Amino acid sequence: MEYFLELILGGLTRGSIYALIALGYTMVYGIIELINFAHGEIYMIGAFTALIFTSVLTLLGFNEIAVIVLASLAAVIYSSAYGYTVEKIAYKPLRHASRLSPLIGAIGMSIFLQNYVLLAQTSDFLPFPNLIPEFEFIKPYRHIISSAEIVILITTSTAMILLTFLIKFTRTGKAMRATAQDRNMAMLVGVNVNRVISITFVIGSALAALGGVLIASHVGQINFYIGFVAGIKAFTAAVLGGIGSIPGAVLGALVLGLTESFATGYVSSDYEDVFAFGLLVLILIFKPAGILGRVRHQKI
Amino acid sequence: MLRLRNINSFYGNIQVLKNVNIEISRGEIITLIGANGAGKTTTLMTISGLVPSRSGEITYMGKTIHNMRPDRIVSLGISQVPEGRKIFPYLTVLENLDMGAFLRTDKKNIKKDMEYIFDLFPILSQRKNQFGGTLSGGEQQMLAISRAIMARPTLLLLDEPSLGLAPLIVRQIFEIIKKINIENQTTVFLVEQNANLALKAAHRGYVMENGRITLSDSAENLLSNENVRKAYLGL
Ligand SMILES: Nc1ncnc2c1ncn2[C@@H]1O[C@H](COP(=O)(O)OP(=O)(O)O)[C@@H](O)[C@H]1O
Ligand SMILES: [Mg+2]
Repeated sequence: MEYFLELILGGLTRGSIYALIALGYTMVYGIIELINFAHGEIYMIGAFTALIFTSVLTLLGFNEIAVIVLASLAAVIYSSAYGYTVEKIAYKPLRHASRLSPLIGAIGMSIFLQNYVLLAQTSDFLPFPNLIPEFEFIKPYRHIISSAEIVILITTSTAMILLTFLIKFTRTGKAMRATAQDRNMAMLVGVNVNRVISITFVIGSALAALGGVLIASHVGQINFYIGFVAGIKAFTAAVLGGIGSIPGAVLGALVLGLTESFATGYVSSDYEDVFAFGLLVLILIFKPAGILGRVRHQKI
Repeated sequence: MLRLRNINSFYGNIQVLKNVNIEISRGEIITLIGANGAGKTTTLMTISGLVPSRSGEITYMGKTIHNMRPDRIVSLGISQVPEGRKIFPYLTVLENLDMGAFLRTDKKNIKKDMEYIFDLFPILSQRKNQFGGTLSGGEQQMLAISRAIMARPTLLLLDEPSLGLAPLIVRQIFEIIKKINIENQTTVFLVEQNANLALKAAHRGYVMENGRITLSDSAENLLSNENVRKAYLGL
């Protein structure tokens, strides 16, 4: 029973990280119908930014809490700037081109960012310090859940609640939903659509960076390639839940995380991907638009 | 108030509007009639800034607007009720109305205008928490007009508001259009295929054929014009 609980909590932790990244895919897709292949790289850049800041801040003698907060903040800001810039230089000029062009642009951007970090840093795995301290109160439950997992779960759920609030109740959120539903009509009521698209990239990137910091600290090492792997998983989660749907991305990510956790726990970690992608295929056979996806009518 | 001078609009390399000249004065109801595919919708989209004109000039209250961003044009007081209504399907009726007031900051008056709308169309008040996509065609048209009114426009562009609606609802909608023209001094530019209906509501009219304005006159004269009667009134 305890083992089962451990697997559930492990799966939810994993899933909530996937969710942070999956939200960026799904929000961007919802608004401009582009699969932003460079999104995983934004996550990776977040992790590297945090690593650099952690080292510097620790050297400067900041305490643990200050280091984790400031490094996360730096990662979020830096990655957001990257996300914003990628959209402006690689996707915006192709806004009126055929759908294939921005897709190829996205793949190009992904390759470029990977290699840029490869050159600027190294191809080796770099150790990432464990930023999350061991809580005293968690000691008796250590075999079920770790402090890191608790921090991840709390941070991700807070981020998601804030995002839900933003999308549902703020003016910006309404503009985002309107733009996703009918871009031309959004313009006709006075929405500056380019601005909404930029904001979407910034929010998606910020969430991905947060995911990058949390997972890097949890796993303990990073390299230039982690964005590709995490990106594929998060993208799978977004498709699983129904790409374009925000609750869908979260649900898909949690389902994916749990599946992997159980596959690892009861079968073997070698088979975790088999189960993950098997699940994707299975769901897409029965629900081609994903769990919560709406069937989109092709826009002309 | 609004003036289009030698407007030439394109979709890619296909020219749709050819040297279009239109002039609208404050307080008027002007109609643009023409067959399907004549370029009426393109004319409205050019005014709203969604379709570019390669040459010519559009001015609104003395400002040049043909190079402006669509949201800037809305902020000058030009609202459009597009063809096919274009209700945001997964926003509620209230949220759709809110979007109409997107650029306004006078919260108190927005509330008041909302009440005004619910007086005009009580059915919308009953449906206010429903998704826009679940409304009937007539209700969607009412919502589309209401959403445009929520911007407190000085110029209202309407693209075929009668399309696909039952005669009773069409009559109701035209009454409202005349009402907001008189009560709010909103200038109305009305595009219609239903020429009879449009010319009876309007002060003046333009006739468009293949992207060109071929005729412009008072609504009265157009109604009695031989060619117009043959081509558009089916008489
Ligand atoms: N998005 C578009 N792309 C290419 N051609 C278009 C587009 N929209 C309309 N057209 C063409 O422009 C012409 C005028 O269309 P439109 O302005 O919609 O006419 P109307 O509103 O008078 O029926 C038509 O020949 C139509 O096929
Ligand atoms: Mg039309």
